[in-house]
Amino acid sequence: MSLDLPDLPDPIDALVGDGADRDTPSSHDRPAMPATDGSLIEVDDVSMGYDDVTVLDDVSLSVAAGEFVGLVGPNGAGKTTLLKAINGVLAPARGSVRVADQRVADLSSRAASRRVATVPQDTTVAFEFTVEDIVEMGRTPYHGRFSGDPDAGEAVERALERTETDQFRDRSVASLSGGERQRVVLARALAQETPALVLDEPTASLDVNHQVRTLELVRDLVDSEGKAALAAIHDLDLAARFCDRLAVLADGDLLAVGPPEEVLTAEHVGTAFDTDAAVLPNPVTGTPAVTPLSEPGEFDATVHVVGTGERTARTVAALSSAGARVTVGAVPAGDVAAATAREVAAETVTAPAFTTLDAEREAEARDLLVAADAAVVVEPVPAALRALVRDHDALVRIEDPDDGPRGNEKRSGADRSRGDGAVDAAEAATPETVVAGVRRALDNPVAADD
Amino acid sequence: MNVRTRAAGWSAGLTGVLVAVVLVSATIGPVTVALPVVAKATLNAVGVPTGVRLASGTVALFGATLSVPVPDLSYTYLFAFPVESTDETIVRRIRLPRIVLGAAVGFALAAAGTVMQGFFRNPMADPSIIGVSSGAAVGAVATIALSFSGPFSIQAAAFVGAIVAAFAVYVIATEGGRTPVATLLLSGVAIQTFLGAVVSYLLLQAGESLEQALYWLMGRLHNAAWSDVAVTAPVALACFAVLLSYTRDLNVLLLGEEDAHTLGIEVERTKRILLAVSSVVTAAAVAVAGAIGFVGLVVPHMMRLVVGPDHRILLPSSAIAGAAFLVATDTVARAGPVEVPVGIVTAALGAPFFLYLLRTREVHSL
Repeated sequence: MSLDLPDLPDPIDALVGDGADRDTPSSHDRPAMPATDGSLIEVDDVSMGYDDVTVLDDVSLSVAAGEFVGLVGPNGAGKTTLLKAINGVLAPARGSVRVADQRVADLSSRAASRRVATVPQDTTVAFEFTVEDIVEMGRTPYHGRFSGDPDAGEAVERALERTETDQFRDRSVASLSGGERQRVVLARALAQETPALVLDEPTASLDVNHQVRTLELVRDLVDSEGKAALAAIHDLDLAARFCDRLAVLADGDLLAVGPPEEVLTAEHVGTAFDTDAAVLPNPVTGTPAVTPLSEPGEFDATVHVVGTGERTARTVAALSSAGARVTVGAVPAGDVAAATAREVAAETVTAPAFTTLDAEREAEARDLLVAADAAVVVEPVPAALRALVRDHDALVRIEDPDDGPRGNEKRSGADRSRGDGAVDAAEAATPETVVAGVRRALDNPVAADD
Repeated sequence: MNVRTRAAGWSAGLTGVLVAVVLVSATIGPVTVALPVVAKATLNAVGVPTGVRLASGTVALFGATLSVPVPDLSYTYLFAFPVESTDETIVRRIRLPRIVLGAAVGFALAAAGTVMQGFFRNPMADPSIIGVSSGAAVGAVATIALSFSGPFSIQAAAFVGAIVAAFAVYVIATEGGRTPVATLLLSGVAIQTFLGAVVSYLLLQAGESLEQALYWLMGRLHNAAWSDVAVTAPVALACFAVLLSYTRDLNVLLLGEEDAHTLGIEVERTKRILLAVSSVVTAAAVAVAGAIGFVGLVVPHMMRLVVGPDHRILLPSSAIAGAAFLVATDTVARAGPVEVPVGIVTAALGAPFFLYLLRTREVHSL
């Protein structure tokens, strides 16, 4: 392992013309690779704050080479502060941050910036520097006061190429779009040739496409160059999709650290963000997708939902976020409606899929239904469940949008006999209409006709 | 194109402009001297210092005259073109000292202005933003009003006043080892206002020397001597060399202090060095020439429009352009039937140009 000489202070650099640590760039300029355990970034029991406010309280976290860790948590949780402790902008009050086996607080900013590159939150550049100029600024830690950096050209070319920014290298960075600028700043960080990379909300101001492209690029850099990356990311779904591990930071504490599917639970998200959320696998990527539910409303009623599938799931979520106590059943085990019901802690009767409903479960479901103030039926209801909902006072039917002619008929005929709150297919499935329908049904109960 | 090549190209081109401006300026005056004669006389004045000995000089301080050792350089002159002696005297003794001093002052002010605008990331910043000019004014006006005498006393007092004011602003704005740029800017404004009051009061007390004090405040180069040049030019060049070595740091500082820190800049130390050096270079210029405004504000803007924001190119270009600008404006100032202080000319030309900038692309946000 090569020794890393401490940086000489600049005035001495100025006197001797060139710091001794720059004479042999290949051996001294590259930070030492980490020791055995492979952790490049090690945060140990770090506490820090501003004035009297504690921002981080005994936080410990490590990021290994080749690992991409996402830092998630609400605004003000201390994510940015933690990143600044790692890149050396702020010094921790207690505890230590080590990058590549060196305490960051002991390093000059020059030495620190050869170990950690930072992609800041705000990438706007007010001055008309060209893209190449900006990327070249990433080589600053390798420049002497009176000497150039022999590796600059090569490192800059590589960084421009990796981030696909070489096509606008001569353009003013002020003329670029937010997504392009983000790639330029990433290129600048890449030109620093550091083992560790911290990113503060790299996707905050980007559109969906550029969010994904940016994180893909980070993922790729981590995989192909063995960098250790720690990124504060707002979007939980994206964090789950691209990161190896997630660290949930809330109120200065690490709530949980681990693989996304273990960490992103409704409970953690609920505690960290102080909101109700549903966490379901994203149907496309298979990674956890978090849907924050709005603040529970004032809808004081118990509503039973019968149905299966996506639309039932949405109905359950809508009613739950409106504040209603929701019961569900019976639904086939493994149905998305069952999963959602679990997430919103609705009392649920599940039945094995692809079987008829046995008497016991039918009775349980009927109990829930009878106990509820209103019932919602999401069409099409499987035949096995139809008997359940035949006679109930406050019944809201959400029509099947695929059921064309019948749907039209119902819409014009206003199937009032089955309850005043019928929600027809055309307007169905928005949370507002479902909740409004249930409210109408509760206000004017109409006896079932058969 | 390579940055070094561009910097060298711009510097060489602007140096050519400066030489032309100097030569033309030396032909202008009550007696018109032909350009070839001026060129020869100027070349005759080019000397290389080849020896140094200590001579005794005197400095007047609070009424007492102190003897101090002064380095006395001996020069070897490279050229000896035959020039008529009246012309030689006019060019070499009267016009060139003033022109060269103007060039040195313009060079210093424009260099300091470029650094301050970059440092404060604010296009309104100029070399006197942290109180240097006001401090120099207090020193100079106090000396004039209270009638000290001595060869360097006004200049020395102005220089000391400038440095003390800048240091006071820095100390006031610094807390816990950090000097936020905004605090620095605001305490600079406050100190300038305060020192303005002091100057006004001193002017009331000035009595017969009021006119001399007012002339100093307007900024002027008349009565310039080679001895002024010998003090100002080396300081300006030495400070410029230090600033030049910090141009990359200045570029990175434009990205913001936190970004600069993560790119390996020792932010607070760099700020201290830049402030100290630009204050010294400004003080050296203001001490001999008075408060000449707008050179340090307008010239860096002009050059930024032409060469772009990269300080590696901008700083040398601005400094040389500043030299040419002040020589040209001083020529205008002394060419009329009545000589006016050059500060009036620079402000009269600089303010409209600044308003023009305000209406165009350069100053859309502060």
